Amino acid sequence: MINYLKKNQLKFAPIYFLAPTIILFSLYVIYPIIDSIWVSFHSWNGMDRRLLDSSGELKNWKWVGLDNYRELFFDDYTFPINIINNLKWLILSLLVIPIGLGLAIFLNQNIKEMKFIKPLFFFPFVINLVVVSLIFTWFYMPKYGLLDLIFRSVGLEPIAFLAEETLATYAIIFAFFWPAIAYTMIIYLTGLTNINTEVVEAGRIDGASGFNMFWNVILPQLRPATFIATVVTVVGALRSFDMVAIMTKGGPWGSSSVLAYKMYEEALFSYRMGYGSAIATILFLIMDIYIAWFLYRLFINESSEK
Amino acid sequence: MKILKYLVVISTFFLSTISYAGTLVINSNQSDPRANEVMHAYIKAFDEAHPDITVVVNDFDTEEYKVSIRNFLQADPPDVAIWFAGNRMKFFVDQGLFEDVSDVWESAGFNDSMSATKGALTVDGKQYGVPYGYYQWGVYYRKDIFDDLGLNEPRTWDEFKWVCAMLKKNGVTPITIGTRYLWTAAGWFDYMNMRVNGYDFHMDLMNGDASYEDPRLDDVFDKWAELLNAGYFLEDHAALSWQEAITPMINGEAAMYLMGNFMVPFFEDAGMVDKVDYFQFPKIYEGIGMAEDAPTDTFHIPSGAKNKEDARKFLAFLANPEEAYKLASGNGVLTPNGNAKAPEDRFQMQGFKVLSNASDIAQFYDRDTHPDMHADGMPGLQEFMVKPDRIGAIRSRLDKTRKRVFK
Repeated sequence: MINYLKKNQLKFAPIYFLAPTIILFSLYVIYPIIDSIWVSFHSWNGMDRRLLDSSGELKNWKWVGLDNYRELFFDDYTFPINIINNLKWLILSLLVIPIGLGLAIFLNQNIKEMKFIKPLFFFPFVINLVVVSLIFTWFYMPKYGLLDLIFRSVGLEPIAFLAEETLATYAIIFAFFWPAIAYTMIIYLTGLTNINTEVVEAGRIDGASGFNMFWNVILPQLRPATFIATVVTVVGALRSFDMVAIMTKGGPWGSSSVLAYKMYEEALFSYRMGYGSAIATILFLIMDIYIAWFLYRLFINESSEK
Repeated sequence: MKILKYLVVISTFFLSTISYAGTLVINSNQSDPRANEVMHAYIKAFDEAHPDITVVVNDFDTEEYKVSIRNFLQADPPDVAIWFAGNRMKFFVDQGLFEDVSDVWESAGFNDSMSATKGALTVDGKQYGVPYGYYQWGVYYRKDIFDDLGLNEPRTWDEFKWVCAMLKKNGVTPITIGTRYLWTAAGWFDYMNMRVNGYDFHMDLMNGDASYEDPRLDDVFDKWAELLNAGYFLEDHAALSWQEAITPMINGEAAMYLMGNFMVPFFEDAGMVDKVDYFQFPKIYEGIGMAEDAPTDTFHIPSGAKNKEDARKFLAFLANPEEAYKLASGNGVLTPNGNAKAPEDRFQMQGFKVLSNASDIAQFYDRDTHPDMHADGMPGLQEFMVKPDRIGAIRSRLDKTRKRVFK
């Protein structure tokens, strides 16, 4: 046996190296995904699944088939609100990428003073999202907040953004921009250091300059950075649960809630694990579709280059 | 190797919560510094009275505790757990996770000394926990502003509306409130419904036996909307936490706040508690009993506890009137133990008087009704407070939830 393993070392070595990751990944990622999907077909309050009631039937755990999904799609008036809010997050968060790129190019100049300016732009990335949320909650606070002060100083009627059902989501997305732009900026900054100067020189000899140079020479070389920035921003936007939880608790009256927050609320506070799992499954599918589409486009692009 | 070391440390940490005979494990949610200190002092007093018992306390954050309790009651039950009376307790009783402690009520004489709160701890004629503190709700107000304007504490609905109108006329926001965490709106609903329709109807609604579209609620929402449409409540309250909404009152820009007695320390910290006083939520209709919200905090023995014998001694220790008094008054709440001395703090004294004369005691909206129901109910009430004209749609939505939850 040992001899056999030794002889085929090359064949087995990858398995040894992969095993720890595969085991942990299956245990902490794959298994919970499968279990969540399984739970989404049940009515479950999160307590002992095997507990029996006085008539000998399962008390907390009941098979309901597609009922959770049926309720979610046809009977839950908050579901469309949540989906629309998720779409707002998804679309608006893409703005982060050009802004991050612009800032990265601005900061990439070789000026001595840049050393002092750069850390200011890194700062929002360093602090925790919870802290960002709190800072912006105070910023938006009616009457005592900074924004209120700004509005009044220029003679405008102040708006309590987080108390308005039509504006609350945008106000939270705006807060999300702050750390997200810093993050994409950092990705682009590292991308810019890897730009091939020979290609840039060649472009210059061919007479490219300004926007032309940027669009046709620099940007294509930044494609890997764009890829990572997009995926991270979009996944971050779809998960956008913590900021909603802290800044508005989904309010006012659920108007700024997103799927991830609704899932958390249903599962943990309404004791509806099955329903929460159904929402989680839907969210999982949305993310999957998006990422699959993105990967597909990336592959197409790469194969056409070869 | 370093990781292994951490694992050992972590696992010993978890093992340490496992109890042995003679060890009493208590899970506490008293994370607020002051409450934590008082709870630990009480446990120390118990420890000194029972030198043979070693007490281990696991402190949790108050909000986190609400989620963790479902796990630890099943997976790693302590010997004593702190929790809340009413529907919150009943959920775990139905799951068979709390021990019947009727025998402690009998042997420690709680049936007499704690008769006022007994109902909130009773399910099907048996008691499943012992209360250690409860507190009044009511209207806290700026006495100095009232005095300046020559206003008195309102006793009736008309007087209350008059006070609001006078405050408004003089540029003071009559009522402050912060509804970002929703439950403050539920406090208003509790009182409006109990004053208009009485305790029994309110409880039918909480238990899912009455409908949110019941015509008796029309009057409740009409009267409430009257205050809303007159602009008596603080603006933009949906963006404020309940603590943030105290600021206008401290600054003298708002005059009244319907809240529980746990708010008093905020005025003390702001150094203006002398300017604040308390009155009972006014009467609306003659002949309707003056029921009160008085949330009750409790000790329970999980069914899976390993040291139930000592846990019973811990619950029975509340029969000690001095210690029961210290535990409650240190937290700014009242002790349910009728043998303890009367409170000396002026807010607690008033609360004691109001609760002693109350026709009935409710726990609070989110402790009286099903969790799934209040998760929809409280945002609905918040929406009503900002958009009163949507009440029809809100009520039909809530009733749909009620039918699903209490089927």
